[in-house]
Amino acid sequence: MTHKSVSVMPLLSFRGITKRFGPLVANDAISLDLNQGEVLALLGENGAGKTTLMNILFGHYVAEEGEILVDGAPLPPGSTDAAIQAGIGMVHQHFTLAENLTVLENITLGTEPLFAWRRDIKAARTKIADMAAEYGLHADPDKLVGALSVGERQRVEILKALYRDARILILDEPTAVLTPQESDSLFETLKKLTAKGLAVIFISHKLNEILNHTNRVVVLRRGAVAGTVTTSEADRAGLARMMVGEEVNRPKVTSMMPGNAVLRLTHVDCQSDSEAQSLKDVSLEIRAHEIIGLAGVAGNGQRTLANLLSGLATADAGDVEILGAPGVADPTELVRRGVGRIPEDRHATGVVGEMPLWENLISEDRRGAEIARAGFVIDKRRALERSKRLIEEFDIRCEGPEAETRLLSGGNMQKLILARVLSRGPEFILANQPVRGLDEGAIAYVQSRLLQARADGAGVLLISEDLDELFALSDRIAVMYHGRLTPPQDTAGLTVGDVGLLMSGHEAESAHAH
Amino acid sequence: MRIETRQEVALWRVLLAPPLAVLAALVLGAGLIIWAGEPVLASYFALLKGSLGSSFALNETLTRSTPLIFTGLAAAVAFRAKFYNIGAEGQLYCGALAATFFGTGLISLPPVLMVPFLMLVGAMAGGAILIVPVLLKTHMKVDEVVTTLLLNFVILLLAGYLLEGPWKDPMSLGWPQAAPIIDEGIWPPLLAKGRLHLGFIFALVAALLAWALMRFTVWGYEIRAVGLNASAAGFAGIGVNATVIRTALISGGLAGLAGVSEVAGLKGYLTLDLSPGFGYAGIAVAMLAQLHPLGVILSAFFISAVYVGADAMSRSTDIPTYIADVLVGLSVLTILVSVMLTRYRIRWS
Amino acid sequence: MIGDIFEILLTAGFWAATIRIVSPLILGTLGELICERAGVLNLGIEGIMTMGAMAGWMWVFQGGDLWGGIVFAAFIGALFGLFHASFTVYLGLSQHVTGIGITLFASSLSYYVFRMLLPDATTPPKIVPFQPYAIPGLSDIPVIGEALFSQTPLTYLALLSVPAVWYVLERTPLGLAVRMAGENPVAVESQGIDVLAVRTGAVMVGSAFMAIGGAFITMSAFDAFYFGMINGRGWICVALVIFASWRPGKALLGALLFAGLDALQVRAQQLAGAQIPYQFFLMAPYVLSIAAMVVMSRRASYPKALLVPFRRGDRV
Repeated sequence: MTHKSVSVMPLLSFRGITKRFGPLVANDAISLDLNQGEVLALLGENGAGKTTLMNILFGHYVAEEGEILVDGAPLPPGSTDAAIQAGIGMVHQHFTLAENLTVLENITLGTEPLFAWRRDIKAARTKIADMAAEYGLHADPDKLVGALSVGERQRVEILKALYRDARILILDEPTAVLTPQESDSLFETLKKLTAKGLAVIFISHKLNEILNHTNRVVVLRRGAVAGTVTTSEADRAGLARMMVGEEVNRPKVTSMMPGNAVLRLTHVDCQSDSEAQSLKDVSLEIRAHEIIGLAGVAGNGQRTLANLLSGLATADAGDVEILGAPGVADPTELVRRGVGRIPEDRHATGVVGEMPLWENLISEDRRGAEIARAGFVIDKRRALERSKRLIEEFDIRCEGPEAETRLLSGGNMQKLILARVLSRGPEFILANQPVRGLDEGAIAYVQSRLLQARADGAGVLLISEDLDELFALSDRIAVMYHGRLTPPQDTAGLTVGDVGLLMSGHEAESAHAH
Repeated sequence: MRIETRQEVALWRVLLAPPLAVLAALVLGAGLIIWAGEPVLASYFALLKGSLGSSFALNETLTRSTPLIFTGLAAAVAFRAKFYNIGAEGQLYCGALAATFFGTGLISLPPVLMVPFLMLVGAMAGGAILIVPVLLKTHMKVDEVVTTLLLNFVILLLAGYLLEGPWKDPMSLGWPQAAPIIDEGIWPPLLAKGRLHLGFIFALVAALLAWALMRFTVWGYEIRAVGLNASAAGFAGIGVNATVIRTALISGGLAGLAGVSEVAGLKGYLTLDLSPGFGYAGIAVAMLAQLHPLGVILSAFFISAVYVGADAMSRSTDIPTYIADVLVGLSVLTILVSVMLTRYRIRWS
Repeated sequence: MIGDIFEILLTAGFWAATIRIVSPLILGTLGELICERAGVLNLGIEGIMTMGAMAGWMWVFQGGDLWGGIVFAAFIGALFGLFHASFTVYLGLSQHVTGIGITLFASSLSYYVFRMLLPDATTPPKIVPFQPYAIPGLSDIPVIGEALFSQTPLTYLALLSVPAVWYVLERTPLGLAVRMAGENPVAVESQGIDVLAVRTGAVMVGSAFMAIGGAFITMSAFDAFYFGMINGRGWICVALVIFASWRPGKALLGALLFAGLDALQVRAQQLAGAQIPYQFFLMAPYVLSIAAMVVMSRRASYPKALLVPFRRGDRV
């Protein structure tokens, strides 16, 4: 492959791309260029339109207006095949791999004519080995993808794109699932790729990564380009302002005197389901008037801990004491005891989308004395009254208590869950990724509500992948790695770097050595 | 082609969906009538006349709708929890077998007690046979569609064995049929003429009760929540397995009642041709009703009219009676599309 | 009694019967397997087999030749597969309800068509079905020769389709696309392959297999079409797919085991007919199917995207 030193024409350019979903304008006349050999960061909040733009490029969506040029030639819209032919490769945020198939099968899918008599497995093996050697991307072609770690799966995704001779590689939030160390190795790979002349679009909302590992930054805000800067001339504050627009006042944390313990875990082992990381010897105490932040890369046992504290699982060993009584696999009992639970995925487990708001608001105490007459007949009048009150109190924007819940925006759906949880005055709150995917205004609202609950005397366990959020809200921070939990440490004495090391198991490994 | 979610579900669309589905099935069925060389409108008019055109026909249609209401409710309740009970046919026979076992002389009570007693044992038998499939589903993730379907064949063979063997009525002149239900257990006719019997009233009451259960009670709430989003239901503290098992027992019980109704209300004794597929037709009834228990009454009446009317139509034309089954099968498919269109719109691009 | 059963197991007649019984089962099971590997549960199988049985037989009865009848049955089966796929793949409707609807519709339509074309038939009319073709040389081997190599050509076709389906699924690009569509349709789409087309194709081909399986019954095993003759075989095939953990080779093993027990049951019935009512023997296949599903349910690694509709560019 020969290098062109400077090409006049950009490798890829978007010209006035506009995409609407009903009333929502996801992309508003976006224009941007990508040059050979550069890493271009696409920065923006959740919902700013980054992923939509890339899905248009990759033919998953069709834009209403505008066009995309590759090497100056227009790219046929709505065709993934055309995008691949043009040399575009995409690594989705959620990997598009089949766990029951091998690495080689995942990589070679779609690379041969569908109606060929046989797959050329030998040639594929050779090519994968060559690529592995060239870019340092090693993967056993005969292993099932299901047996690979997250970092390895991402490598397979990149190999998949390279196997089809991609010249433009799009990485959608690639570090969200990686440890800081795995991320570093990813950036090494990107360096090798750009040295060979590839161009990379790097989608992220993590400012540090963008400042350290990209050449240029395009900032998107509410579907439109808010600005383009050369990375070497950019600074954190400036990018943040461009990304968020007007300054949003995040709530301030005031120090408080912790009260009695609301949660006490002592040497707990737990395996809630076969697919999630199990807990090993976890000890933790949470007291009233404090927020404990739980950091960790996704998949290190957070889900199991959340299941345990939500009443969906019981411990295999050790003691679980929630609000003065042993833990039970019975959500109704925990809620009655005063546990408030904000689930990780509001669409999948938080609400029943096709039920009206009022039914979702009573889901946790549908058998309670206030709602159910004789414990059996639901008093709809009272449920509606309560719903109206909560809709007002929590500022849930909707057409009324009879509206279908699925029609709510993410922020309003989260407010509904908050209303269900906080209106009961819980003494222990499990908040699992409470602001994931929300816009700034909703984030500030949810966080201020959690702080209010803390002030009212609740103890809170805040599980989050966003270190900034954990540092902003937590009194103490604990880190989960491979099912083990570090003792919580005062936030004041910690740096992001410390937590990052713990997240990659650094401390845990040295502890083993002793 | 793209499928988009509608922002709101308009009531008129929901109400219009079943008639449109029926119309579509009739239009598609018209092809078969044309093939038979008969005029479409006149044939459908003959069908209408044969099912509703006289007091005798109407009586017969209501009589036939009785078991269909029960089996339709059985499917409607189960499908709400996404428990696909396709075994109503077998559960119907279970109910009939239980009514026959207890009602042919083993126990004799005054009619006020005997009639409810036979209903109780019939419903329990219908529910009991579903215990195996439902536990296999909740505890071993075995698909309930296949197990309930396969059990239909097993139960029918069991009934065949009993009627040809130990339960065979010696007075039946060699036919495989059981001894008659004793007079105390027989459901009286509602009218002086015709076969319509008390079971029709029972069926209406059952529909009303099922509606109240689904709409006003905690159980109904839980059944709906489990069907719509099991993991959210479980998170809220609803016992998903317990709810599915409870739903299955209710569903099997309703199907069992259909069997009791046919034995104690219509025929008076059990035969192997007790049900010409009421269990399967119940699926069509439930789907046309969009799983609404009160809608089941209307759609059972419609499906019954198709069967009764098709019999009459085929007597006066060259159209095989199987046209009724074809129309019922078609309407299961057309209602799927028309209900979908209440929630989604299709954009052609 | 035990000795008697052993004696049965040693007769060539028993094995020949087993192979005969296994043929429609293996065709139906492979058909269902192809659909499910692509992510679509096809409960239309019972109706499609009925349709295939009627269509193939009717083709011959109306003067067509036997192989033409098989092609015709396959074509009709594929047509119903297309019907199924337009509902479940393109519209994303419930695979359970669509399948049941197809079965109700296809079986009743078969009977309707049969009655239309033969309104006065009181005793089922007959055709000349496929005749056994003894493979020269091989058929002379004792026991195995009679059992395996003196069958009708349709049986050979059924048996050969097992390695053929395996080869296509495991060794060709198309098969890889089908399997991937059943595991992770987004992965297929992101490689520029049309998932909906792949799934639709798989359901059509699978349904054609089912229809040939039905046609085997009226054109090779028997010589007439009558009502209710599929008699739950389609549902048994669905159970066999689970028993086989979605693998063609294991499907053949499962079907053989099943057919063997069925053939044994018929013979044991003659031995024990006096003590045990025949209905209990007839129950055996259905009870066995349920048992087979239970046995394998724990180990089954089902296609991850089975029952999950795929919609392009759908938000919310």
